[in-house]
Amino acid sequence: MSWLVNLAGVAAIAFVVWWFWLSRPRAVRAESGPIDILVENGVYTPSVIEVPAGAPVRLRFLRKDPNPCAEEVRFDDLGVSAELPVGTRREVTVVPAVPGEYAFTCQMRMYRGTLIAR
Amino acid sequence: MSAAQTHRLSIGGMHCAGCVATVENALKGVPGVESASVNLAERTALVSGSAAPEALIASVKQAGYDAALLRGPEDDAARAAQEAAHYRALLRKTWAAGAVGFPLFLGDLLGWLPMLDSGGAQLFWGFVGLATLAVLVYAGGHFFVGAWKAFRAHNATMDTLIALGTGSAWVYSMLVVILPESVPALSRHAYFEAAAVIIALLNLGQALEMRARGRTSQAIRRLIGLQPKTARVVRDGREVDVPIEDVGLDDTVRVRPGEKIPVDGMVIDGHSSVDESMLTGEPMPVEKGPGDYVVGGTINRSGTFLFQAKRIGADTALARIIELVRRAQSTKPPIGRLVDRISAVFVPAVLIVAIVTFLAWYNFGPEPRAAYVFVATMTVLIIACPCALGLATPISIMVGVGKAAEYGVLIRNGEALQRAGQLTTIVVDKTGTVTAGRPAVTAVVPAAGWDEQELLRLAASLEAGSEHPLAQAVVEAANARGVALARAGDFAAVTGRGVRGAVAGRHLLFGNARLLAEYGIEPGALAERARALAAEGQTPMYLAVDGAAAGVIAVADPIKPGSREAIARLHALGLKVVMLTGDNRATAEAVARAVAIDEVHAEVLPEDKAGKVAALQARGEVVGMVGDGINDAPALAQADVGFAIGTGADVAIESADVALMRGSLHGIADAIAVSTATLRNIKQNLFGAFVYNTFGIPIAGGALYPFFGLLLNPMIAGAAMALSSVTVVTNANRLRFFDAKSAHRRARAAPARVPAAEPAGTSARTSA
Repeated sequence: MSWLVNLAGVAAIAFVVWWFWLSRPRAVRAESGPIDILVENGVYTPSVIEVPAGAPVRLRFLRKDPNPCAEEVRFDDLGVSAELPVGTRREVTVVPAVPGEYAFTCQMRMYRGTLIAR
Repeated sequence: MSAAQTHRLSIGGMHCAGCVATVENALKGVPGVESASVNLAERTALVSGSAAPEALIASVKQAGYDAALLRGPEDDAARAAQEAAHYRALLRKTWAAGAVGFPLFLGDLLGWLPMLDSGGAQLFWGFVGLATLAVLVYAGGHFFVGAWKAFRAHNATMDTLIALGTGSAWVYSMLVVILPESVPALSRHAYFEAAAVIIALLNLGQALEMRARGRTSQAIRRLIGLQPKTARVVRDGREVDVPIEDVGLDDTVRVRPGEKIPVDGMVIDGHSSVDESMLTGEPMPVEKGPGDYVVGGTINRSGTFLFQAKRIGADTALARIIELVRRAQSTKPPIGRLVDRISAVFVPAVLIVAIVTFLAWYNFGPEPRAAYVFVATMTVLIIACPCALGLATPISIMVGVGKAAEYGVLIRNGEALQRAGQLTTIVVDKTGTVTAGRPAVTAVVPAAGWDEQELLRLAASLEAGSEHPLAQAVVEAANARGVALARAGDFAAVTGRGVRGAVAGRHLLFGNARLLAEYGIEPGALAERARALAAEGQTPMYLAVDGAAAGVIAVADPIKPGSREAIARLHALGLKVVMLTGDNRATAEAVARAVAIDEVHAEVLPEDKAGKVAALQARGEVVGMVGDGINDAPALAQADVGFAIGTGADVAIESADVALMRGSLHGIADAIAVSTATLRNIKQNLFGAFVYNTFGIPIAGGALYPFFGLLLNPMIAGAAMALSSVTVVTNANRLRFFDAKSAHRRARAAPARVPAAEPAGTSARTSA
């Protein structure tokens, strides 16, 4: 019985590592036009977005979470940040010049998303 | 999917119905515009569609008109209302969770609650469990929803920890109540009160944090509050009060004494003195007359005047300052990067620590083992606070950048702020920075038999028609003393020497020593005085009347009031001050001596300034360069921090890391003092948050138990967690009371000043 519990514990650790660090949700590929991102319940939906590198990307954030944590979205690597009013779409344009991954987060880094430029 | 948005533009330069059609067509030609209608009477255009306002304005300008975006009444009112509602909701949740949790906690403490040993007790605890479930759903539901959504997005947040901690408390307790046999007898304890109290504390913590956060944005709200609500506009010959949003470009606006100036514009009639201190930090009121620029948000003191609106809505200096401060407040200094990397992996790491804790207690813990396993694991989940870590940097930046704005200092971003706090050397330009930048008469020395008034009268009368800056200085000095000028005749300039002419029938010569020598006039005792003045960095000019020397008038670019004290403050902050100037060495040295500058580089060509900055950097100095932002752009860019020193509220921050809205060097000292204090505050916050988590989590997991038998109560963990982010925000709020003027006392120890070898001829060392 006790080895079962220990095994379950190790499995749980493996799951945490795999789920939160090694895997990630399927990317939403940006077609032409702005991408709508919902800001609610601690997550950006969608949170992983694939875009072509070198071109301006228009992201339209709609914040529904009144918690002040969500009031800002920032692309630290791109030097862009924007204040998000509750209930109003706010368009943010970023230009990921070089292919790579660019994180976007809230001030406290609890809301997290990734822009993958290819 | 289209984002139909409606923009209101103010259109300038429209006179007729024909213009309406032109502007409408220009707007409709912009891709994404669905409809556009122009109102000639209001001179506004209402445009809807997905086009960006910038594109609309560009198109109207291309059509030959002017346009500016009209803001709706500032959306901050709506935002404040939303925040107040959210705050009240958090408090309601606190009360609801507390109403269930607190009596249970007290009852448990005092032993009033039944033990789980009978069917009746089971029923009682079953009801308690349902009540707790109601609390979790009503007051803690957002944590659970957030945790689930985050999980699905492969993300773990603070919600994850709280939901796991309180959720497992409820599930474990319910198991104990319904199936007591499944749990060893000694571990049969329900933790409903812990779940409810933790939820109450976390809601309370969020409410307190929100309150404290509101105060961190006080500076920006003060700036927004400067914006008046109405303006008195002249329309059809009548003066009417209109809402500020309805003031259009080129509208004529009346401002009476004591009123705020509503928008930016040019004075067309009347004189007054205007208090611009709220924007520039400069306490002296500024005189305004026709042709002068006035800035929205400043206060008219004495007179009444009319001005023409030139910048409105989001284009006014005040609106741009607000936007700049907002943007800067949301940037991060490099010091925050490490924390960002940590917080990116923080929550999953805590989950792993929790699992390890569980296994450790399960394998090695004493009896009642199940209870210990459960309490330690839950406490680890609850005590970890990623928020304090994440908030530490941005919240201090928010307050620090806002504080700087109060001093008329606009810091572009967090990186500039961090480097401004690390500077060792400040390089200043002489003209316009240390000195006023416009020559003025500094001495009038009459020869025997003459008086100052007469000397000035003759010289000024002769120079009245001249455009030369030295001539203008003489005329201004005469005007300032109320001397009436006479008409001059036979005026002629003697290149490189001075001027000659006739005033009131007398032949005058006004110029340098060579001019006198050319005409064979002996300066006599005046020559000695002239030399002394020149040695002080002033430019002496002789006046000769009818072939005899009558006196000397000296002109110099006077040192700005405050330059000396500001440089003393920079010294007190541990900085070395270096002056660069294109001026000659005698003048430069004289100025440097007067204000106690450490090092002077004279006769520097404008294009060599950047090279001088680079040379200082090569010596290991962290260099801040102060310049006007236009001529000095390369040097500002070369410096570690570029300070653009402005005049009034006309902001040119794009060329610099830090923009000063007033022309005084005190702004530099303020900027550095605020930056240093903010950096210190960030370090305190980071230290606090790190220490809290690195000690709190192991203690919660029971690291002290083997030695002291100490195990944290999960409710204490909940209180600590709720308090930790409140503490960070409160510490950041202390910056609001920072006083830059008293900052020398706590300044960094002044680094030893090592004299460096300088190329001879271009520089000189002066004694302080």
